[in-house]
Amino acid sequence: RCLGTSTKDTVVRATLFPGDGIGPEIASSVKQVFKAAEVPIEWEEHSIGTSVDPQTNSFVTFDSMESVRKNGIGLKGPMTTPIGKGFRSLNLTLRKSLGLYANVRPCLSIPGYKTPYDNVDLVTIRENTEGEYSGLEHQVVKGVVESLKIITRHASLRVADYAFQYARSNGRKRVSAIHKANIMKKTDGLFLQCCREVAEKHPDIVYEEVIIDNCCMMLVKNPSLFDVLVMPNLYGDIISDLCAGLIGGLGLTPSCNIGDNGLALAEAVHGTAPDIAGKNKANPTALLLSSVMMLRHLGMVEKADRIQKAILKTIEEGKYLTGDLGGKASTTEYTMAVCEHL
Amino acid sequence: TYMPRPGDGAPRAVTLIPGDGIGPLVTDAVVQVMKAMHAPIYFEEFEVSGKMDKIPDVVMDSIRKNKVCLKGGLATPVGGGVSSLNVQLRKELDLFASLVHCFNLPGLPTRHDNVDIVVIRENTEGEYSGLEHEVIPGVVESLKVITKFCSERIAKYAFEYAYLNNRKLITAVHKANIMKLADGLFLESCREIAKKYPGIEYNEIIVDNCCMQLVARPEQFDVMVTPNLYGNLVANTAAGIAGGTGVMPGGNVGAEHAVFEQGASAGNVGNEKLVKEKRANPIALLLSSSMLLRHLQFPAFADRLEQAVMGVIKEGVHRTKDLGGTSTTQEVVDAVIAKLG
Ligand SMILES: Nc1ncnc2c1ncn2[C@@H]1O[C@H](COP(=O)(O)OP(=O)(O)OP(=O)(O)O)[C@@H](O)[C@H]1O
Ligand SMILES: Nc1ncnc2c1ncn2[C@@H]1O[C@H](COP(=O)(O)OP(=O)(O)OP(=O)(O)O)[C@@H](O)[C@H]1O
Ligand SMILES: [Mg+2]
Ligand SMILES: [Mg+2]
Repeated sequence: RCLGTSTKDTVVRATLFPGDGIGPEIASSVKQVFKAAEVPIEWEEHSIGTSVDPQTNSFVTFDSMESVRKNGIGLKGPMTTPIGKGFRSLNLTLRKSLGLYANVRPCLSIPGYKTPYDNVDLVTIRENTEGEYSGLEHQVVKGVVESLKIITRHASLRVADYAFQYARSNGRKRVSAIHKANIMKKTDGLFLQCCREVAEKHPDIVYEEVIIDNCCMMLVKNPSLFDVLVMPNLYGDIISDLCAGLIGGLGLTPSCNIGDNGLALAEAVHGTAPDIAGKNKANPTALLLSSVMMLRHLGMVEKADRIQKAILKTIEEGKYLTGDLGGKASTTEYTMAVCEHL
Repeated sequence: TYMPRPGDGAPRAVTLIPGDGIGPLVTDAVVQVMKAMHAPIYFEEFEVSGKMDKIPDVVMDSIRKNKVCLKGGLATPVGGGVSSLNVQLRKELDLFASLVHCFNLPGLPTRHDNVDIVVIRENTEGEYSGLEHEVIPGVVESLKVITKFCSERIAKYAFEYAYLNNRKLITAVHKANIMKLADGLFLESCREIAKKYPGIEYNEIIVDNCCMQLVARPEQFDVMVTPNLYGNLVANTAAGIAGGTGVMPGGNVGAEHAVFEQGASAGNVGNEKLVKEKRANPIALLLSSSMLLRHLQFPAFADRLEQAVMGVIKEGVHRTKDLGGTSTTQEVVDAVIAKLG
C-alpha cells in the first residue's frame, strides 16, 4: 500500500473504472463528493486498455481484474465495447472473471423529478449467470431453432441467499420471488423451491411468490406493493428496466453486481452518451447513487445516507439540475451543489 | 341502419366454458347482456375445470363444430405435473395468435393518457413448448423453440390485422441481442413480412427497453408483435397502465377457430372473496364479447354492446373495486343492459 494522505487503518481501497464517453466526468464527480464527505476510500484507477489483453481476451486488462479481485470492491462508469470479432465484450469479461452472479438495482422515487408514479421504493435482484442467457442455441432443421434455458440449484440458492441477506442488512421486510412456474414447471419450479428453502431460514422476512405477468401488472398499477424482488435472469432484465422506467429511466437508477466471496462492483447502467461527452453536461446521479450502494455494501452506512440525502435534496431543490432533468446546470455545478448539501 | 341479409336472424351457436372461480360470474354477465340485446347467438355450455387433466372431447368437438367459443379462466396449478388447460386449448385448436387490446377508456382516468395498444402474441411455441428435463439433480433445462413457420404466420397475422384496422405502426418485441438464433429468426420473419406491407411502418424494440418505454411513454406504441412469453409480459404491462386486466378485452384465433376470453390474465380466476361477494369485473369479457360479435360479422350488435359498456364506464357510477368502485358484477351488468340502445 502506498502512503496516501490517510494513515488510518480504516481506509478502504477500491477499484475505479471511469469508463468512456461521459464516464470520466461523472467519475470525477464521485471523487469530489467522496472527498467532501470525507469517505475513507482510496481509489485505484484503471482505464480500459487500447488493445486486447491476451490473458483476458478482452480490452479489460488482467491487472484491472486483479485489482478488483484484490480489493473486493469497485465502481464502474459506462464503457463502450469496441466493435470487432475475436474478443469478449467488456461486461461479459467482468461478469465471468469476477463471478458476478447477482445484479441489484434499487428503484427509489426521486422527489422533485415527476413521473406518473411516486412512492416507488423497491429493489430488484437478478440472477446474472444462467437462465435464458446461457447462449446455448442451435438450429434443429432449417427454420427451427432451439434456445436452452438452464436453471441450477447452485445458482438459484446463491441469488436467493443474497436477496434475503440484502433484505436483512437493509432493513427490508419482504422478498417476492418472481417466476412463471405455472408454465415452466421444472425450471422456474426449481428456482422457486430454492427460494423457499432459503426463506425458511429467515422467518422474520415475509416471503411471497408472484407470477411474472401478474407482477408486471401490479408494478404499473401500484409499485408500492413490492419491497425486494428476486428472479431468474430474463425476468430480472425485463423487470429491472420496467422499474427504472417507473422512476424516470436509467439516468437515475444505480446498480451493483455481487460476485464471488462477497465482491461488489457498482456501476451506472446507462450508456456513454457520446453526444455530450466532454461537455460538462452529464448527469452523474446514477453513478453517484451506485457509489452509495458501494458504501452500503462496505457497511459505511452513515456516509452512504449522507451522500444519498444530499443528492435527493439537490434534485428536489431543482436549482442545479442537468439538462436531462430539464435544468441548465453543468456537471460541475450539480456536483458542487451536492457537496454543499452534505 | 342495419339491413340484415335474409336469414341473418338465425342464431349462431357459440361454445361457452364458464370455467373456474370468477369465470362463471363474468360469463353469465355476457349471457345476460346477449339475451337482453337479442343477439343472434346461442350458447352451448360445458363445465370445464382447470383441475381436469384435459379438456373433455365433447367440448373440443363443440368448439370444432361452432368455430367460436367464449370462456372464463381455468385455474392453473403452479408446479406439479398438470399442464395449463388454457395453454392446452390454444395448442390443440392451433389458436396461434393471441390478441389483447389495451386502451384508455374515456372516463376512467389512469396514470397515462392516449394508450391504444394492440398486443399480438405468438401463442403456440417459444417458451411455452413444455419441453423441460432434469439433466442431473440440481440442473434443469427448458427448451424455447422458435420456428420460421410460426414466426411468419404471426407476423402475417399482425400485419393483416393492422391493415384491416387501419393501424399505422407495428413494433416487433425481441431479445435478439442475447438469443441471436431464436429471437433472430423471429425478427427475420417479421422483416420479411413487413416488406409486403409498405403502407405500414415497422420497427423493433428489445423487450427490457420495451417495458421501460411502456411505463414512460406508452403513446409511442400501436400494434406490437411478439414471441410467446414477451407477449404475456407486454400485454399485462400495457393492460396495467391502461386500467387493469379487468377491463381489457382479447381473444385467441387460428385459421379455423377463435376463443374469446378476458384479454390479459385470461387464466385468471380471481380470489375466493371476489367469487363469494360476486364482485368480479365483467367489463373485460363484455368487451371481448363485442369482439366475438364482430368476428361473427354482426357489427351492429358489436357496436351496441361496446357503446353500452363504454357508456357505463364513462358515467362512472357502477364500477367494481378494481376500478375504485363498490359495485357487484350484477350491478354493472344491469347498468350495461339499461344502456343498450
Ligand atoms: N379486475 C382487475 N383487473 C386488474 N387488476 C386487478 C383487478 N382486480 C384487482 N386487481 C389488482 O390485483 C391485485 C389484487 O387484487 P384483489 O382483487 O385480490 O384485491 P385486493 O386488493 O387484494 O383486496 P382484497 O384483499 O380485499 O381482495 C391488486 O393489485 C389489484 O389492484
Ligand atoms: N375480471 C376481474 N375482476 C376482478 N379482479 C380481477 C379480474 N381479472 C383479474 N383480476 C385480478 O387481477 C389479479 C391478477 O390476475 P393474474 O395475473 O394472477 O391471473 P393469472 O391466473 O395469472 O392469468 P394468466 O396466467 O393467464 O396470465 C388477480 O389478483 C385477480 O384477482
Ligand atoms: Mg436490460
Ligand atoms: Mg396472469
